[in-house]
Amino acid sequence: MSAWETVIGLEIHVQLATKTKIFSGASTAFGAEPNSHASLIDLALPGTLPALNREAVNMAAKFGLAIGAEINRRSIFERKNYFYPDLPKGYQTTQLAEPIVGAGNFEIVLDDGSRKIVRIHHAHLEEDAGKSLHEDFHGMTGIDLNRAGTPLIEVVTEPDMRSAEEAVAFARALHSLVSAIGICDGDMSQGSLRFDVNISMRRKGEEKLGTRTETKNLNSFRFMEMAIRKEVERQIDILEDGGSIIQETRLFNGDTGESRSMRSKEDANDYRYFPCPDMLPVVLTEAQLVELKNSLPELPQQRQGRFIEQYGLSDYDARILSADLATSDYFEAVTKQSGDAKMAANWIMGELAAKLNAEEKTIADCPVSAAHLAELIARLKDNTISSKIAKQVFEGCWNGEGSPDQVIEARGLKQVSDTGELQKMVDQVIADNASQAQAYRDADEIKRTKMFGFFVGQAMKASRGKANPQQLNELLQKALNS
Amino acid sequence: MTLHQLSLTELKSLLDDGKVSARELTDHFLARIEKLDGELNSFITVTAEQARREADAADAARSQGKAGLLNGLPIAHKDIFCTDGVRTSCASRMLDNFISPYDATVVERMRNAGAVMLGKTNMDEFAMGSSNETSFYGPVKNPWDLSRVPGGSSGGSAAAIAGRLVPAATGTDTGGSIRQPAALNGITGLKPTYGSISRWGAVAFASSLDQAGPMAKTAADCALMLQTMVGHDIKDATSVDRPADNYLANLDKPLAGLTVGLPEEFFPATLDDRIATLAREAARELERQGAKVVSVSLPSIGLSVPAYYVIAPAEASSNMSRFDGVRYGYRCQDPVDLMDLYKRSRSEGFGAEVQRRILIGTYALSHGYYDAYYVRAQKVRRLVRDDFVRAFEKVDVILGPTTPELAFPLGAKKNAPLTMYMTDIFTIAANLAGLPALSMPAGMIDQLPVGVQLIGNYFREGQLLNVAHRYQQATDWHRQAPAFGGE
Repeated sequence: MSAWETVIGLEIHVQLATKTKIFSGASTAFGAEPNSHASLIDLALPGTLPALNREAVNMAAKFGLAIGAEINRRSIFERKNYFYPDLPKGYQTTQLAEPIVGAGNFEIVLDDGSRKIVRIHHAHLEEDAGKSLHEDFHGMTGIDLNRAGTPLIEVVTEPDMRSAEEAVAFARALHSLVSAIGICDGDMSQGSLRFDVNISMRRKGEEKLGTRTETKNLNSFRFMEMAIRKEVERQIDILEDGGSIIQETRLFNGDTGESRSMRSKEDANDYRYFPCPDMLPVVLTEAQLVELKNSLPELPQQRQGRFIEQYGLSDYDARILSADLATSDYFEAVTKQSGDAKMAANWIMGELAAKLNAEEKTIADCPVSAAHLAELIARLKDNTISSKIAKQVFEGCWNGEGSPDQVIEARGLKQVSDTGELQKMVDQVIADNASQAQAYRDADEIKRTKMFGFFVGQAMKASRGKANPQQLNELLQKALNS
Repeated sequence: MTLHQLSLTELKSLLDDGKVSARELTDHFLARIEKLDGELNSFITVTAEQARREADAADAARSQGKAGLLNGLPIAHKDIFCTDGVRTSCASRMLDNFISPYDATVVERMRNAGAVMLGKTNMDEFAMGSSNETSFYGPVKNPWDLSRVPGGSSGGSAAAIAGRLVPAATGTDTGGSIRQPAALNGITGLKPTYGSISRWGAVAFASSLDQAGPMAKTAADCALMLQTMVGHDIKDATSVDRPADNYLANLDKPLAGLTVGLPEEFFPATLDDRIATLAREAARELERQGAKVVSVSLPSIGLSVPAYYVIAPAEASSNMSRFDGVRYGYRCQDPVDLMDLYKRSRSEGFGAEVQRRILIGTYALSHGYYDAYYVRAQKVRRLVRDDFVRAFEKVDVILGPTTPELAFPLGAKKNAPLTMYMTDIFTIAANLAGLPALSMPAGMIDQLPVGVQLIGNYFREGQLLNVAHRYQQATDWHRQAPAFGGE
């Protein structure tokens, strides 16, 4: 057992899914030609001024309402001053002393089913920077300002997480929340959520926090987990060698799995924050908050609870199936039409998830509709097909061969439950394998159990998998034991 | 009387009566500029071709019965206002090569009203200065005495009007930049209430203090311009959404019932007696017209200058950050790396006064000094505002001198920034409080004009224009013209 306790706090940049930028009318669409979505304001031309996109304010408030945090009725934009080529104004417009979302709690469920509260310190509104492009410019740097001015909320947690698993569980839960309430498209590959991880170590039982490092801009759960494990190892190595941790910002390279120091506290900028004189305080009225609250859909956590209660799912199943709205809706549709929540859950988390993963698809573009999966489950339940055959039927549906009934019909996969037909098969198998049958009859009970499988296999093969397994078992038992 | 001696209002009558065309007016003033601005240096850019086109378009619009309020009237814009397709330099090497791709709201509104832009006027670099000596394009001369400064930062606009090169121009006022040059050039200038004119397209100096306004020969001319300039603009979050006043309709209102306050703090023992006397005489003229004159106190006013020289540079230090040599404007030759690009572009692109204010402002916002300087200055700002709020419970208008001294010789204060900063001692408070304030000519000393300042309550610029107009009906200080350029 390690003598060290890991302490983790997160800062998460969530890109808000507004159509236009936070201070200009330019589009926030990803992937356009460089600088084609950069307006006069985004270019910080002389004389331009910010005009606040109210939708960004509403989305930030929705986040606060969804986690039950305090919402500041009056919040203030400030300027964070520093020079960087992809920061056109020379300052980032952000919030500091009076952010829009105050303190709140965020409950996560861990893989073992235990629950944990992570305290949210605050969440503030700010603008994203542009991008520096270091390739293709022969010793120069290109600047793309399409992203500059994209609205973000930065969510800052208290240092409440104690392991990479907890941090990732939090990250996943946050991801599913912001997607569910429609304030973020959740596309991590496009940087829609980016995580900064603050990590420090302390001896178990110690109250005082150790010196922390910050690893910036992790944009996948896997990288986040890797980066935390690496950093924890690195810090423990240093501490156990009697060294001390330097407060610094680190960058993690997902390709090499290594991190390196970016800047130490000593090089840190003095950002000279002050209230932005171009903007008025952001005011939210009680009526606006009520309206925003009423517009919130069922949250993943609420849905998770409902799935456990209404469908009798396990904590784990409920969490996976409630994580995003598309999966939840799919699950509920299959359950409703098939009448069997447990089977629906198993199929969605088993065969369907495996297939989606293998083909890098999401549930939204799943070729098997909820109605088809429900039909498949119904055919299983009425013994039209066996669970083994069901996988073939599923395969057929996936490949666009039609509904389960059509696939069963076309491929001739209907289960054979006709006793006469099955009896013929059984007799044939025993006749073809007379010596094995004799050996079986001569064997003791323990050996027989082992040998029985051989006959089942042969008979199944003869039926091309379509034999009703239960009936087949019974008939074989009878034939061999007679 | 020749065209250039007439007021904007008089020129408008001539146009409305068909006695002169926009093209004739434009050609007349362009010829004046051509002939005389070599000496004054009041313009950075003259847009002669564009002006003639605009004048012809104005005449055409008028013939179709579509004349706007300013149809055909020649004006100039301070070179701080962005003008589509025209260099907008802010009198800085940093923006010497900057052609704006868009119009400031003020420019657009005046163009839509039919005004004809003759060019862009000289100014202190990025509006930082009180003498027009910090311009990259050289100092502007005062037409009353070419060896003296015209004041600043809107010195080009003021000198061009006083020199009869243009009948009216726009300015901006962050700490007195409309009123002080108006006073030193014998013209009328108004800084409206903060938020009444959009700042969109006016290059920012100190955002919480900057306000555009009209400069012209008379209060009536300023009213005519202001009518077009004011209005809510969604592009400027600090612009106020309120119904428009009719400034022209109330110009002649009698002054009976008006209470004018003279703050003792605007008449300190150290003030030039001759200037104090002229200000008191102006108050007496208002009294003659039925106003009551009383004494008021603004005890915190003495703290205005130090508070201003923390807040304005603090905001400026941040506003100037976008001038980094990356996207537009001046870029140094062959930078070796990013730091070199930043350092040399900014060191070479900005003049000394701009650099001084960036340093002061950066210091005031720095970690460990923020509370002692910036936060404290904001508290002082509140005290100054509170002084005015109390005073306006008793009086309608506050009157005092605009400046503590006459136009000073070029170079006299160039190396004494603190003495230079004190020239704004009477004007800064109105910016800190966001109040409307006007300067009007109220006498002459040693053949140099003297201005008197009227400060009004929030959104009472109509009242200021009314008082100034009534004063100008009874006096002729605003009709005095310098000998410069001949009749």
